[in-house]
Amino acid sequence: MQMPQPNAGVLSRKDQIVARLAAVLPPDALMSDIAETRAYECDALTAYRCPPLAVVLPSTTEQVSAVLKICHDMGVPVVPRGSGTSLAGGALPTADCVILGVARMTQVIETNYPDRYIRVQTGRTNLSVTGAVEADGFFYAPDPSSQLACAIAGNIAMNSGGAHCLKYGVTTNNLLGVTLVTMDGTVMDIGGAHMDAGGLDLLGVICGSEGQLGVVTEATLRILPKPEGARPVLMGYDSSEVAGQVVTDIIKAGILPVAIEFMDRPCIEATEAFAKAGYPICEALLIVEVEGSPAEIDAQLALIMQIARSHNPVELREAKDADEAGRIWLGRKSAFGAMGQINDYMCLDGTIPVSALPYVLRRIGEMSKEYGLGVGNVFHAGDGNMHPLILFDANKPGDLELCEAFGADILRLCVEVGGCLTGEHGVGIEKRDLMHVQFATADLEAQMAVKDVFDPGWLLNAAKVFPLDSSAPRRAA
Amino acid sequence: MTPKNEQDLARMVAEADGPLRIMGGGTRPIGRATGAALSLAGMAGITLYEPGALTLVAKAGTPLAEVQARLAAENQRLAFEPMDHRALLGTSGEPTIGGMVAANVSGPRRITVGACRDFMLGVRFVDGAGNIIKNGGRVMKNVTGYDLVKLLCGSYGTLGVLTEVSLKVLPDVQTQATLVLDGLDDATAVAALAAAMSSPFEVTGAAHDPAAGRTMLRLEGFAASVAYRAQALAGVVAPFGSATVLDDKAASAALWAAIRDVTAFAGQQGCVWRLSVKASDAPALVAKAGARAVVYDWAGGLVWLLADGDLRTRLGDFKGHATLIRGQAHVPVFQPESAPVAALSAGLRAKFDPRGIFNPGMIG
Repeated sequence: MQMPQPNAGVLSRKDQIVARLAAVLPPDALMSDIAETRAYECDALTAYRCPPLAVVLPSTTEQVSAVLKICHDMGVPVVPRGSGTSLAGGALPTADCVILGVARMTQVIETNYPDRYIRVQTGRTNLSVTGAVEADGFFYAPDPSSQLACAIAGNIAMNSGGAHCLKYGVTTNNLLGVTLVTMDGTVMDIGGAHMDAGGLDLLGVICGSEGQLGVVTEATLRILPKPEGARPVLMGYDSSEVAGQVVTDIIKAGILPVAIEFMDRPCIEATEAFAKAGYPICEALLIVEVEGSPAEIDAQLALIMQIARSHNPVELREAKDADEAGRIWLGRKSAFGAMGQINDYMCLDGTIPVSALPYVLRRIGEMSKEYGLGVGNVFHAGDGNMHPLILFDANKPGDLELCEAFGADILRLCVEVGGCLTGEHGVGIEKRDLMHVQFATADLEAQMAVKDVFDPGWLLNAAKVFPLDSSAPRRAA
Repeated sequence: MTPKNEQDLARMVAEADGPLRIMGGGTRPIGRATGAALSLAGMAGITLYEPGALTLVAKAGTPLAEVQARLAAENQRLAFEPMDHRALLGTSGEPTIGGMVAANVSGPRRITVGACRDFMLGVRFVDGAGNIIKNGGRVMKNVTGYDLVKLLCGSYGTLGVLTEVSLKVLPDVQTQATLVLDGLDDATAVAALAAAMSSPFEVTGAAHDPAAGRTMLRLEGFAASVAYRAQALAGVVAPFGSATVLDDKAASAALWAAIRDVTAFAGQQGCVWRLSVKASDAPALVAKAGARAVVYDWAGGLVWLLADGDLRTRLGDFKGHATLIRGQAHVPVFQPESAPVAALSAGLRAKFDPRGIFNPGMIG
């Protein structure tokens, strides 16, 4: 993975930069010693590491503004960081950058039930947003797997999804407003507790911009009343084609489950060995969950079971109570951990049209043989968001590179069938150099033009998202 | 000008020597664009529809009615319920899917399922230099690069000429019913709507029509579920009044079509304002608005006002935005933005349309 050469001028001015930052921050909010900054050398894409020049941990929007203004004046690159759980390298530092972490900004600013929103500082974790309102019967819908640790700031930067977004949408559909600080230190409110933009939908383009347009310090989030209940069913099939058809038939029957999860045989086997959830060993397993009152759930599940039966399942299991529901979800929720027990793995997240599922799974199986690397598939089947887990051995020379090449081939396949490189993890550095596969030059130029407006000096997280050759003229300017 | 395809359009834009006024069906003349008419009527047709994947792709000039008929045949729909502006604005012609997207047009169900922008999966457009650009795609989860799809949606043609749009569609419902509360004042009505929206019963419409003295809540889904929730919801709003249940599907649908299209104002003279605010702020703002007629939708978050002159000045310093949908009030059509936001918006328009030829005078 190539990263730009650090700016020697910035490195040589480290002392002055740190001194100016020290003047606007409490002593415990600034780190510049390598012993301390090393903790910030990577995010959850741990294969790539680089200690930053300095780390700042501001507590207020004013401090964020002051830091950015100094970095802007001194030409210092800034990499914003939420909780550092990015799987795409979104928070990977460069040696000449200041890491701006929002981890200390965790306050709930306002909770409003009549209007159903919560306003928080963005260092707050995803799950603790729900935690702040669940006693009153509400929840925050986007639920990425890392929700215990990941920050709202990172969710906004990556437009994070989750298992339940088929019904509730992803971050952008649940974000009402932000306080944004641009690279020159300007603070502005965009959106608010009301709905839809009056002018251009800046909120829409900020969400998912991977920390390249500004630092979001506060967010107004939509909260929803908790459903009366939810219950899953589990079904196993002899082929992924049939499982795909079941998904299509459920959707065409007019049912909108909150989640439809898919696992293939390698993933089921690994999960069974690890979590012993009692899954059937078969080619394709589906978990379908619906919500509502007990009677409504019964009615929806009756329809779903009828569709499931018509396709000759090898197993069909309806949760009768919370305990059985927990067992059905147990394997799915331990799938990544189970694969990790076997080996090191790389998790991809390309999206495909649901209709292309059988073809894509067959091709991934063939490529797995060609590359000699195992792969298991976990899949948000309702929305086509795949999670192929490629197994490799990090201690074996060349295996990581082989795994990355295999992963790139899978992502090219996703684009080829009409899908995209990333459904919810973001581009970061991981998919950066594949952007040409999905986008023509004019498409990338249009996106980079947005960054030109928000961050004309290309100082914010500039080595991410866009292929380095595409962004080079701008980063050099 | 009526280009036949994307290349045609790109050439026309590149060669244009003056402002262009971009036209879909011409049914939503909101804002004050000037310039030579550029019609998308020659670029129409549904290019892809996969009911099992809940995905539809259509060229920008495709009549909305054609899309809706095609979806209805598969028992699906555009869940954000786009409003038809013709009665309110006194226009004729056929709304197009491109016009709907350019104006981010939604309806009552927006409060629960999201706006047009929330259902947008992809766009193709031609920028002000004549470049053909694509963004997003046809899949439901996509965070690959910046989301220009949302930026284009609701940009009223000021950033580019949409040529093709890709949307998420949803299953249609078996039936619907409306709970009606009579005779509530505005503040009590908004409180009742908030209580309903905070229940787990999946209300998909929450409106208040003061003139008719009616506060309305819509439920949709399978018949047994709607019946169950109607009863449960009546209990939730019981502190505000006794609800009657209109469970005739067609009659309930007609009620919501009238809210969606603000037919209460159709044929009445004067300016029409569309106010988007925090729902609980709405009654107090309406009290200051000096309006001749008012309709509340989105549980109070959207207020339609028949009110002449400078509504914004009368409302004072409020949070939200007021758009002048119809009439002349000698004030900007779109809500003025704060200085830093206006600078970013102007910067984006200058990047996407460097010569300023798309719908000049429309926004900002």
